[in-house]
Amino acid sequence: MYETMVKIRYYEESMVQAYAEGKQPVFNIGAGPVPGEMHLAAGQEPAAVGICAHLRREDTVTAPHRPHHHAIAKGVDLRWMTAEIFGKETGLGKGKGGHMHLFDPAVKFSCGGIVAAGVPHAVGAALAAQMQGKDWVAVAFIGEGAANAGAFHEALNLAALWKLPVIVVIEDNAYGISVPKQASTAVASNDLRASAYGIPGTRVADNDVVAMYTASEQAVKRARAGEGPSIIEIETYRYLGHFQGDPELYRDKAEVPALRERDPIDRLQAHLTENGVSASVLEELAARARAEVDDAYRFARDSAYPPAEAALADVFDA
Amino acid sequence: MATSTTRMLTGNKAMAEAIAQEMERDERVFVLGEDVGVYGGIFGSTEGLYARFGPGRVRDTPISETGFIGAAIGAAAEGMRPIAELMFVDFHGVCMDQIYNHMAKIHYMSGGQVKLPMVLMTAVGGGYNDAAQHSQTLYASFAHLPGMKVVAPSTPYDLKGMMISAIRDDNPVVFMFHKSLQGLGWMTQLDASVGHVPQAPYTVPLGKAKVVREGTDVTIVAIQMMTHAALEAAQRLEADGVSAEVVDLRSLVPLDKETILNSVRKTHRLLVVDEDYRSYGMSAEVAAVAAEEALHDLDAPIRRLAVPDVPIPYSRPLEQFVIPNAQHVYEAVIGLVRQ
Repeated sequence: MYETMVKIRYYEESMVQAYAEGKQPVFNIGAGPVPGEMHLAAGQEPAAVGICAHLRREDTVTAPHRPHHHAIAKGVDLRWMTAEIFGKETGLGKGKGGHMHLFDPAVKFSCGGIVAAGVPHAVGAALAAQMQGKDWVAVAFIGEGAANAGAFHEALNLAALWKLPVIVVIEDNAYGISVPKQASTAVASNDLRASAYGIPGTRVADNDVVAMYTASEQAVKRARAGEGPSIIEIETYRYLGHFQGDPELYRDKAEVPALRERDPIDRLQAHLTENGVSASVLEELAARARAEVDDAYRFARDSAYPPAEAALADVFDA
Repeated sequence: MATSTTRMLTGNKAMAEAIAQEMERDERVFVLGEDVGVYGGIFGSTEGLYARFGPGRVRDTPISETGFIGAAIGAAAEGMRPIAELMFVDFHGVCMDQIYNHMAKIHYMSGGQVKLPMVLMTAVGGGYNDAAQHSQTLYASFAHLPGMKVVAPSTPYDLKGMMISAIRDDNPVVFMFHKSLQGLGWMTQLDASVGHVPQAPYTVPLGKAKVVREGTDVTIVAIQMMTHAALEAAQRLEADGVSAEVVDLRSLVPLDKETILNSVRKTHRLLVVDEDYRSYGMSAEVAAVAAEEALHDLDAPIRRLAVPDVPIPYSRPLEQFVIPNAQHVYEAVIGLVRQ
């Protein structure tokens, strides 16, 4: 988990750099090697890492528009994922999807740019598993803002009705773009919404990856045993803006530095050190993670753009 | 009197038989939707399936189109072959995100990696005074958005054959069936809703139009119910010495341009008849295809007959006024050939 946390953080920090290239001095979203909107997840690592530690290759994960931490935690091919974000032909979607639309069927990962839309897809994957008699589970990651969308409610109702092996992980990073949680819902904690579907709900406080791991273990076991869905809401933090270039006028300038004081990676490192893991072992894991990320970025930069006419292919399966 | 060996079925029974045979053949095929189980589908398209395959494979869902169409997408991505029913096409507003942002786009966005072999079937059509929220055809609303095949069969034979093709297709297919062609007891009984349907499974290709009547003076390109209006009109035109060729489009996406153009090049006149709204619709698309590729073969301007741009009204004379019928087609052709 430590290595994956470090990998995600370093991946996102590297993306901050890569994304800024070619966009200065005037910020032009479509310019530079990484065009389009960019939603980064630095700070939100525990949500993805804590649960994906329990998942197998054949378990399904659907993620929203801020998907890198989920993808990395699920084991999406880092080279092909990065190439996709750079719009290269070696990318997961041959450059047709981009950062919000990463699909890696080899590890059953998908994401999308429409809030809450992935929850029904996870329910469908879980339905397929149930119908085929497999003990596979499906995890849908969403932001706390998505818990107010219709798709969330319809999908959970179905999942509970059919006792499907689905876990919905709500990442409460306190903001739906600029709107704080208390301005978008009267429900203090989204795990309470589980009672509306007759399923268990848990809240993980304080962006704690160990607590997320423990809470997830219960939910995954329950799902695998055919006992149905659950909701886990985790209190998490987004260090960066909603998107790169976000002026963040909606939050106090002191907020992020205060959060960084309680950084989940630092805390995990301290926890591991206390439990006797040596500094050299941790540094070795971190170095391996960074090397893998650097390799992926190199691969993406070195890859070619697709020929323009490739835009016309892949509408239908031949 | 000769004994007929031709088996006749209504549209709904032809559809249900196609689904049953595919469920028999491939255990990945299953059905979900509102009232598709015990009830057998509000328009009978899943009649008898529940009794035969049980609640596991013929799933009644809560009223939550976003949820269950989205679940069908998720299941299809996992290799299942779901058939989801959106009860009335008019309800697409409550779930269109799943249809056009996900069902239609995932294959493309994944660079062809993810296949979504699913069928979204939905009832279309007016003519029974159910007014503006239950009578639309909306062919163009789906045909306009890339990434899904869209079909609208007009006979029980094609309903069965195209349903089998749709289920076997690895792409998402929107299967629009017309209520009036289902042969249901609570609607006006039309001859067109009953037809010859072989028992054994067979396919009718998607993306192929059909010349259902040969003619030399004018081409009438029609969609679904309008094919029957066109055939009736063509028969009357014959008495006036006008030979009309009728093309049943059957598939809206992919569009069979070749059959349209071949016919236009033969007859030199074109009328397009559509039960959808006139503006920005399939009639405009077919007219544009002819104008772009066969303009110099035309002896007269192209004509279109479609629902004027108003919601479908309730009262009988109002509804009959806006939905094209054989009389309207007849008059339009007379106007066209006398030009």
